Amino acid sequence: MPDLRFEAPGSLADAVKLLVAAEGPARVLAGGTDVVVQMEMDMIEPALLVDIKRIPDMGRIVQEEGGFRIGAAASGMEICEHEALCAAWPGIIDGVKLIGSVQVKGRATITGNLCNASPGADSVPPMVTAGALAHVVGPNGERDVPVEQIPTSPGKTSLGKGELIESFKLPARPKNSGDAYMRFTPRTEMDIAVVGVAVNLTLDEAGVCTAARVALGAVAPTVLLVPECADALIGTKVDDAALAKLAAAASAACQPIDDKRGTKEFRIEGTGVLARRVAQKAYERARANA
Amino acid sequence: MSKKYHVSLTVNGDEYECLAEPQMTLLDVLRDELKLTGTKEGCATGDCGACSVMVDGRLTCSCLVLAPEAEGRSVETIEGMAKDGELHPLQQKFLEMNGLQCGICTPGILVAAKALLDRKPDADEMEIRYWLAGNLCRCTGYDKIIRAVMAAGEEMKGA
Ligand code: FES
Ligand code: FES
Repeated sequence: MPDLRFEAPGSLADAVKLLVAAEGPARVLAGGTDVVVQMEMDMIEPALLVDIKRIPDMGRIVQEEGGFRIGAAASGMEICEHEALCAAWPGIIDGVKLIGSVQVKGRATITGNLCNASPGADSVPPMVTAGALAHVVGPNGERDVPVEQIPTSPGKTSLGKGELIESFKLPARPKNSGDAYMRFTPRTEMDIAVVGVAVNLTLDEAGVCTAARVALGAVAPTVLLVPECADALIGTKVDDAALAKLAAAASAACQPIDDKRGTKEFRIEGTGVLARRVAQKAYERARANA
Repeated sequence: MSKKYHVSLTVNGDEYECLAEPQMTLLDVLRDELKLTGTKEGCATGDCGACSVMVDGRLTCSCLVLAPEAEGRSVETIEGMAKDGELHPLQQKFLEMNGLQCGICTPGILVAAKALLDRKPDADEMEIRYWLAGNLCRCTGYDKIIRAVMAAGEEMKGA
């Protein structure tokens, strides 16, 4: 077994320094529910692990500029227990709740869910439809990156050497807004998405959709944000005609693989079916959120 | 060989220290270094829940925590559940109501169930089933486990 060095720096600047200076493969460690498992299964052999949980404020969840800031090390359980966040972004909570068991969520973070870059990651589609920005810190300074631009292909991200996500920013929520996420899995719990869909809507007083974002998970190498799906909903009351258009646009956007969890055909059709259900749920929530 | 890390942690209120390689997990520390073998290893990949412990008050798979991460943390395991020789209501109900057969899943299930009942003794069957979804049992078919947890909740509510 190669040498492994473990560091738990007390500041972001030190974390960046360690990552920049790393000679072999380096990994950021937050919840460890992917990193430790991949080490255990000999899928990765890092030379350096940088645990970010000792950096002050990395686990914070705070209200900011009418929205929220979620620290990179906040666990899934901490997110699910945050009442104001649950009320504002129930679709994100739908996704986070599906990440593994209670004991896994006690450690797992949405940051790891994103950076592990699995196309089936449950928290990613609703973060994408929320318009979340990842605050990236690295040797060349800081930048805000839309979450959909972080994963580039399965297991790969756009983060450069020495860069890490410090937190996420969720925007302020206009009233009459609602979001939802659902996935299809053969089992109810403890499974990995075969298809996942997130929808985020804003309505006017009459219930007409004025803004929409729709994201698809597990049907392409990365989570897809699909403007054609949004266009099917905008200007409608999310009626049957709009839902039919949405389903067609969602199915058309899929570029799925065949694997043990589902065939291409199943995923394409399932995405359309699920998109309808999720849009209806998001619509109900937006109506209730006046 | 990787450098060894000095780890000091509290387990069930007692302080422990050990030297651990960074690939070692908290589960390895508990079982192999501290000889607290009540916590079990089923899968070592976060799937079965047999290794469930509390870390700083949070239900956690100890197989997913690296030893150096445990530095300064407060851990509670199955060994701390009975107090002064008195079984916890959960343990008592598991015995009375056949909540176990081979018993390998039992410590993890007891720790996980206690984490739920401590904050919600009146959790209903659905909540208990979802809460324990990460604890696999090869033997019982789960039903007796769920009944025993519900009965323990009843008793804890009354207490
Ligand atoms: S041994 Fe940790 S979850 Fe199975
Ligand atoms: S009693 Fe044997 S695994 Fe649960």
